Amino acid sequence: MNFLKLVLVNLGRNKRRTFLTTMSVMVALFLFCALGGVLDTLNAAIEVGSETRLVSRNAISLIFPMPLSYRERIAATPGVSNVTIQNWFGGQDPKDPRNFFAQFAVDGKTFFPIYASDMEIVDASPPQMQVAMPSGMDPKLASYMMERTACVVGEKLMLKNKWKLGQTITLAGTIYPGEWPLTIRAVYRAKNKSFGDETMFFHWDYLSEKGMGGSGSVGVYVLQLSAPDQAADIARKIDATFQNSSAATRTESERAFQAGFVSMYGNLPFVIRVIGLAVAFAILLVAANTMVMAIRERTNEFGVLKTLGFEDGTVFRMVLIEAAAITLIGGSIGAIGAKLLIENSGFNAGGMLPPMSVHWRTVGTGIGVALLVGAVSGLIPAWQASKLRIVDALRRVN
Amino acid sequence: MAIPLSYNLRNVFQRPVSTLTTALGVGLTVAIFIGALALASGFQAALIKSGSSDNAMALRKGAGSEISSGISRDQANILRALPGVATGSDGRPLVSADLVVVTNKPRLGQPGSSNITVRGIDPGSLGLRPQIKIVSGRMFAPGTDEVIVGERIAKRFENCGIGERIRFQQRDFTVVGHFTGDGASFESEIWGDNAVLMPALQRDNTFQSVTFRLKDPASFAALEKQLEADPRLGIQLRRESEFYSSQSELLGNIIRFMGVFITVIMAVGAVFGAMNTMYAAVGARTREIATLLVLGFTPLSVMLSFMIESVILALFGGLIGCLLALPINGIVTSTTNFSSFSELAFAFRVTPQALIAGLVFAALMGLVGGFLPSLRAARQPLAKSLRES
Repeated sequence: MNFLKLVLVNLGRNKRRTFLTTMSVMVALFLFCALGGVLDTLNAAIEVGSETRLVSRNAISLIFPMPLSYRERIAATPGVSNVTIQNWFGGQDPKDPRNFFAQFAVDGKTFFPIYASDMEIVDASPPQMQVAMPSGMDPKLASYMMERTACVVGEKLMLKNKWKLGQTITLAGTIYPGEWPLTIRAVYRAKNKSFGDETMFFHWDYLSEKGMGGSGSVGVYVLQLSAPDQAADIARKIDATFQNSSAATRTESERAFQAGFVSMYGNLPFVIRVIGLAVAFAILLVAANTMVMAIRERTNEFGVLKTLGFEDGTVFRMVLIEAAAITLIGGSIGAIGAKLLIENSGFNAGGMLPPMSVHWRTVGTGIGVALLVGAVSGLIPAWQASKLRIVDALRRVN
Repeated sequence: MAIPLSYNLRNVFQRPVSTLTTALGVGLTVAIFIGALALASGFQAALIKSGSSDNAMALRKGAGSEISSGISRDQANILRALPGVATGSDGRPLVSADLVVVTNKPRLGQPGSSNITVRGIDPGSLGLRPQIKIVSGRMFAPGTDEVIVGERIAKRFENCGIGERIRFQQRDFTVVGHFTGDGASFESEIWGDNAVLMPALQRDNTFQSVTFRLKDPASFAALEKQLEADPRLGIQLRRESEFYSSQSELLGNIIRFMGVFITVIMAVGAVFGAMNTMYAAVGARTREIATLLVLGFTPLSVMLSFMIESVILALFGGLIGCLLALPINGIVTSTTNFSSFSELAFAFRVTPQALIAGLVFAALMGLVGGFLPSLRAARQPLAKSLRES
C-alpha cells in the first residue's frame, strides 16, 4: 500500500478530531499572520515618503509652527528646486467627532506639482472659466484653485462618508476654533499605496486668513530638491541657517519624518511579538494533544503494522507526516486567508497608517511555523510509536 | 439525581497529559486576555489618577486637549482672583496656570525620538496636586532655569538625569530632581516654573490651562455656568478628573478593542482544542456513560455532568492563565497618547476584576467547548454502547 495513502486514511479515521484540530490551527495561524501584518504595516509606514524630498519642521516639536518668512530663505538654498507648505488642521466632523480623518491646509500652487508623482486627480468640478494653471499642475484642479473654500478629497474618504463632488462639508476646528465650511471640488487617487486615499486638502491661504488672523505660521515645509544626492548636506545647511532664530528647524528626509511617527508607538511591536509567540505555543499544545490521542488510540494497530513488517523508521515517519499534514493544511488556509481578508478590508487606522497588508514573507513564515509546530507536536508520539514493542502493543487493551 | 462532582474531578486528573495541554491552551488565551485588560486599565489609571474631582480646570472653548487650548494671561488672572478658589496652608490661592508644550527628545537606549510634555506651573502650586512627591534631588527653585523630571521618563529619554542639562529651544535647563505622582500621567512630564519656561519656549502670554482647587466641590455646576457665560473668558470649565479620563478614552478603547479581537480569535482555537479533549473523554468512557444511564441517571444529568467536567478543565486553564498574567503587573511600558501627542509611560495593572473576567472567560470557553461532546454523551444508544468491547 502506498505510504502517503496510508497517512491519508489515518487522517480520515477520526474525521471530527482531524477537522477540529485543523480548524484550531487555521484560526491560530490566521491570528499569527494578522499580527505579523500589523508589523508589516508598521514597517511599511517607515518606508512611506520619498528619500529625495526633505521636510523641515520646528526643532522643538511638530506642534510648534514656523514663520512664513522662512519660505524664501529655504527656497534660496542651493539644491532646493521647489518649496511647499503644509499645516495639520485637526478638524472634526461635528456630526460625528469619532469619524476621524486627516486634513491638511496646503499651498496648492506648489503642493500639487510636487506630489504629482504620488497622486492623480480622478474627478473634478468643471471650472467656471478658463484660467492659466501653474506648470506641472493638473488642469482638472482649475475649479479648486479658483475657489477659496474648496477642498480636494481622497477617493476612499469620499466613499466612506458617501460624499459627493460639489458637496460642502462643515468641520469644527479644534486647533483653529470656529466652523469651517469646505466644498469638495476635486477627488484624488493615490498612485502609490502608501500615500493614502483618505486625506482632505484645502487652501492654506484660507486657514491663514481665517484661523491665524493672517499672521501665517507654517506647520512644515516640504522641499523638492534639484540635487537629491546632496540631501543630507542641504538639510544641514538649512538647519544651520535657522540655528539661532526664533524657531530653530529640524530638516530630514520625508521618509525619516514619517518614521518618526512610527517610533511613537513605543513598545507596540514588542507586545505584538510576545502575543504572536503565545499564539504559536497555544497551537502547539492543541496539535500535540491531538497527536497523543491519535497514537494512544491506535496502539494495537501499530503492533499489527510492525508485525506485517513495517520498520520502526517507517512508523516514525508516518506519524510525523500525519501531524505535519494537519498543521500544514490548517496553517496554509489560515495564513493565506489572513492575507486575503485583511488586505481586502482596507483597514488603515483612519488614514494614520498605510493600508494594512500582510506580506507573502509573513504568510511564508506562518506556514513555516505551522510545519514546525506539526513536526514538534508529532515528535514524541512518533518516537513512542516507533519504539513500541509488538508484544506490548498487541497485548494492550483500551 | 445529579452525578457527584468528585466523579468529574477524578476524571479530569485521570488523564494528566491531555488535561494539562488543553488547560494550557485555555490558559494562554486567558493570559493574553488579562494582559490586554491590564494594559488598558493601566493606561487609564495613569490618566484618571492625574485628575482630582476637587479641582476644576479651564480650557479654551472647543479645545479637546491641553495642546489645542490657549488662555491668555489676562484671562488667567481673572480666574486666579475668583472667590470660589480655595487657599492653601500658606494663605495663597491654590491655582496654577499651566503652560503645556510638547517637545521632541531622543530616547535613551533605543533609536528614535518621541514627544514629551513640558509643563510650566505656578511655583508654590504643588498643594493643588498633593500626589506629586520628589523622590530624588530637590524641587526646582522658582525663577531659575531648573526643572524636575517625572521618574517614569527619566530613564527613557536622554539628558534627564539629575545634574544634566536639557535644551528647550535656545536655552539649557538643569534637571534638579525626579518626582513621582502616584502613577499619574504627570510622571511622564517635565515640570518647571511657567514664568521662566514661557519666554524660553516663546509662548507669548498664552497658557494652555488653568487649574484650581474648589473651595466647595459642590459649587462646580454653578461656577461652570457663571464662567462659561462670561464673555471675557471664552472658556469651558471641567472637573480635572473628568478631563483626564476623557483623555484616556480614545487609546483605552483601541487597546480594549485590539485585546478583545485577539482573544476572541484565540478563544475559538482554544475551544476547538477543548472540544477535542472532551470528545476523546466521552469516547473513552462510552461503556461507563451507558452504565450510568442504565443505573437511572437521566440523560440531562449526564449531559450536565460532562459540561461541568469541561468547565472544571477550562477553569483549571483559567487559573494557569491568571498565574501567567500576574507577573506582568507593574511592568512599565510606554506609548504615545494621541490626545496629548506625547509619550505616556504607565504600568500594567492586573486588577482583581481582570482576573475574575479571565476566569469567567475561561468558564465560557469550557461551556462552549463542552456542549457538543456532552450532548453526544447524553444521547448514546444504550444497547450498542454496552455491547461494545
